[in-house]
Amino acid sequence: MAATLNIVRVSASPPAAGIRSEPTIAKLVDTSTCIGCKACEVACQEWNDLPPETTVQMGTYQTMPDMTSNVWNLIRFSEHDTDDGFHWLMRKDQCMHCAEPGCLIACPAPGAIVQYANGIVDFHQDACIGCGYCMTGCPFNVPKFAEKTRRVYKCTMCVDRVAVGLQPACVKACPTSCLQFGTKDAMLQAANRRVEQLKENGFPQAAVYDPPGVGGTSVVTVLAFGDRPELYGLPASPVVPRAVLFWKGALKGIGNLAIAGGVLAAAVHFIRYGRKQKAP
Amino acid sequence: MTPYRFSERIMHAVAAVSFVYLLLTGLAFWTPALYWIATVLGGGFLTRAVHPWVGVVLAVAVTWMFVTWSGVMRITDEDRAWRRSMGHYIRNEDDRMPAVGRFNYGQKMLFWVMAGSTLALLVSGLVLWLPHYVPRSLAPLREIAILAHALAALLTIGAFIVHVYMGVAVVPGGLKAILHGGTTTDHAGARR
Repeated sequence: MAATLNIVRVSASPPAAGIRSEPTIAKLVDTSTCIGCKACEVACQEWNDLPPETTVQMGTYQTMPDMTSNVWNLIRFSEHDTDDGFHWLMRKDQCMHCAEPGCLIACPAPGAIVQYANGIVDFHQDACIGCGYCMTGCPFNVPKFAEKTRRVYKCTMCVDRVAVGLQPACVKACPTSCLQFGTKDAMLQAANRRVEQLKENGFPQAAVYDPPGVGGTSVVTVLAFGDRPELYGLPASPVVPRAVLFWKGALKGIGNLAIAGGVLAAAVHFIRYGRKQKAP
Repeated sequence: MTPYRFSERIMHAVAAVSFVYLLLTGLAFWTPALYWIATVLGGGFLTRAVHPWVGVVLAVAVTWMFVTWSGVMRITDEDRAWRRSMGHYIRNEDDRMPAVGRFNYGQKMLFWVMAGSTLALLVSGLVLWLPHYVPRSLAPLREIAILAHALAALLTIGAFIVHVYMGVAVVPGGLKAILHGGTTTDHAGARR
């Protein structure tokens, strides 16, 4: 299933659509069945051969405050204590693999960010120049800059495993099936089934988080408090920053025309009026 | 043609060389169609690392220019009169232009546009240089910096096109004056 590396989009390059169509894949994160065991965090470090990062005691069950260039998968923990009861909210923070990836749109380096036909958005550090524009383009604050290599890193959705028909390492390690992997359609179906169950069991506001502002994501999240994604540290309605879209769109066109117009005007002036006769 | 002192010529050369490098590498990051410039100049990774430092060099040179010239660059009533008859200047009808001091209104505008833009480029450039030090809560700052850097750069490119065209192609002795000091015709012996 979707076991190819068929590229559809490359940063700073024309569209690269392949001729094969393949289904979009997705990872399902059911926050309501996450027990916070961190097996996914460990599996991610293991499979991707990431060096250990010192954990930070935050007074909660969270490993550290934020993802780093060596930690691409972080279970965020927050306590929710209101009229509707006391809840431990755990959410898997990682790259969302947007259908409209702000990182890729912002990237100036050809080939540094690619989007595969199966929906995976991947960074190629060999082409990365370390400018950090992807960090500005991302509405989820995912890409992390490594001082040591001066390049940017994030979750690859285990593209190397997916390409050979395996599920991502975190999904493989999850003991509660809170994480599942399959086609986006299948994952959305499973997510919606789960939302129905939650609604019947005292969570009428349960919802699937698949934000349309970024074209949907290849990480589909079930939220028991789906009306308030901020409780989980998720933006309510993420979009690619308008400044980035304007910069890469209209401003680039206007700017290029203005530069060409300036050069052209100088040439026309020279042909019409030419050189001044003597110094003023 | 105004003769330029040795220190002024050095100052201008530093600004010119650093500006051209920044212009070329900046264009490489501005549009993928010109990314090959970064490849020619040592690759995207190196170019990304060097561009900010050369930006610091330009900022120093422009500060030096500001200290040297800001007094003489003040816009006066003479300049306003000059501006009103600028059409004649553009049509090379220089006999119909009012007299000017050391710099004409056009040169002064170039100075102020470059000084202001360099300040904007420096401030926004610092944010773009070290984006990982800008906390997430200040993310809009990075977006503003991206737009400000591009707009200020476009402004300097416009000024640069006019400036180079005037100095090299239109004003006799202009290029020679900024490279070697003066022209033999108008200010012979004024070289210092």
